[in-house]
Amino acid sequence: MKVLVAVKRVIDYNVKARVKADNTDVDLANVKMALNPFCEIAIEEAVRMKESGIADEVVVVSIGTKQCEEQIRTALALGADRGIRVDADAQMDPLSIAKLLAKVTEKEQPGLVVLGKQAIDSDNNQTGQMLAALMGWPQGTFASEVNVDAGKVNVTREVDGGLQTVALNLPAVVTTDLRLNEPRYASLPNIMKAKRKPLETLSTDDLGVAVTSALTLLKVETPPERQAGIRVSSVDELIDKLKNDAKVL
Amino acid sequence: MRLLVIAEHDNNELKPVTLTTLAAAQQIGGEVDLLVAGFNCQIVADAAAVVPAVDKVILADAPVYEHQLAENITQLVLALPGDYSHILAPSTTNGKNLLPRVAALLDVNQLSDTMTVESADTFKRPIYAGNAIATVQSSDAVKVITVRGTAFDAVSAEGGSASIETFSEACDAGLSQFVGEALAESDRPELTAASMVVSGGRGMGNGENFDLLYALADKLGAAVGASRAAVDAGFVPNDMQVGQTGKMVAPELYLAVGISGAIQHLAGMKDSKVIVAINKDEEAPIFQVADYGLVADLFDVVPEMSGKL
Repeated sequence: MKVLVAVKRVIDYNVKARVKADNTDVDLANVKMALNPFCEIAIEEAVRMKESGIADEVVVVSIGTKQCEEQIRTALALGADRGIRVDADAQMDPLSIAKLLAKVTEKEQPGLVVLGKQAIDSDNNQTGQMLAALMGWPQGTFASEVNVDAGKVNVTREVDGGLQTVALNLPAVVTTDLRLNEPRYASLPNIMKAKRKPLETLSTDDLGVAVTSALTLLKVETPPERQAGIRVSSVDELIDKLKNDAKVL
Repeated sequence: MRLLVIAEHDNNELKPVTLTTLAAAQQIGGEVDLLVAGFNCQIVADAAAVVPAVDKVILADAPVYEHQLAENITQLVLALPGDYSHILAPSTTNGKNLLPRVAALLDVNQLSDTMTVESADTFKRPIYAGNAIATVQSSDAVKVITVRGTAFDAVSAEGGSASIETFSEACDAGLSQFVGEALAESDRPELTAASMVVSGGRGMGNGENFDLLYALADKLGAAVGASRAAVDAGFVPNDMQVGQTGKMVAPELYLAVGISGAIQHLAGMKDSKVIVAINKDEEAPIFQVADYGLVADLFDVVPEMSGKL
């Protein structure tokens, strides 16, 4: 079975995003970028499937400018076999991304597509579900356990209040949650090897998708800052403040 | 305009987050249909019918809807006869699972985790873990929206008398089956609906030490949450996670214990009314957002607090 993993280049999760002075967007100039953390988990899961003999090939795809090849190379260093970059603007809405991924999926014919549940920049949590919809495939979102067996995949999902397990017909789409696995670090030899792995570039025209969007970003603002309050020196003082000043107890 | 709101329920009880989603629908304006899809869930439809913000309840009661499988519920939503201008669901794991699938098949985008209704086509939503707020305008024919429960005040739950219409078609996509579930049994209030939340972080050291927080929470009648670090370390299950990638909470009182205050955690709780931080590291970033900070060893002060309340 072939596994396709879609990944995204995002702001490093340790960096605090700052809004541009003209309120048009977040300022990403000279900001450290990285592979989206949930996408790392997706790659790890696919690579483990290959190591256990369930998958025979792991293909990684990313949509964006030339710069996102950096993240594709990271995925290759983590164990993916080859990469595809769909050349496009860095900023696209999830529906456009899902349409492009659907075309790549039709072309590659994987048995399973694995994505992160959300990207930590736009925080949309949509692309996997949309891709599954466009393909007419089932979806196992927010996965904490994935088991492929006899033409089906069992996905244990992190839901409000606990866990839910569903059985999905293959092919299917899975999106990863935090506890699915702990991604490995790329070793230096693997980073070197990744440089020689194949990386194909496709255009949106190649895929026959006209990228338009019905969404307009009107403004981006910094939320009101919360002011630091006071330090208390004892539990008694804390309880007193909560009772008499804040009146929440 | 006619709006469709997807009810959050467990076939037994209409969840309060439905009422905050209805508040967002009311701000948009128009007639509101509330979809109750489930199995043996007449009791939920009955509860929904007395919510004054609801004009009509659509009850789809069939075994294929029992576990809210996105594949089946999507087909159901698309099969409904209403010509909807907006489709809304709470930003719960159900809503997040379902609505993007609906949106994609309607060939429209979805607005996730909407926190403010500016007009019928313009909304505010948080991006970058809430470090920026985007104002987004949609020209899509149908606006598909998930609603952040903590950003709206719940509409009244009683006093109305909406009609209940039954939609009897059982839509089975035939793609997925429910296998089982393991839901946490707890007498404590639900995290996103609680008026007080006690949360623990990596500083708790291990899962057993969370017993200290459970004891304190039970004194307060509070829910118990955790930071991503505590979940990652395996102390507690993920459904307790508060933060960008977990649950959003905005209680009256949020007590952060042994939590350093990473950006992604703050994203999930900084709208709380009063924040208290207990941490032995006085440089911890959590103190920058806390109304009351206590620099102390949590293993001393948490039991002391439980004893004094």
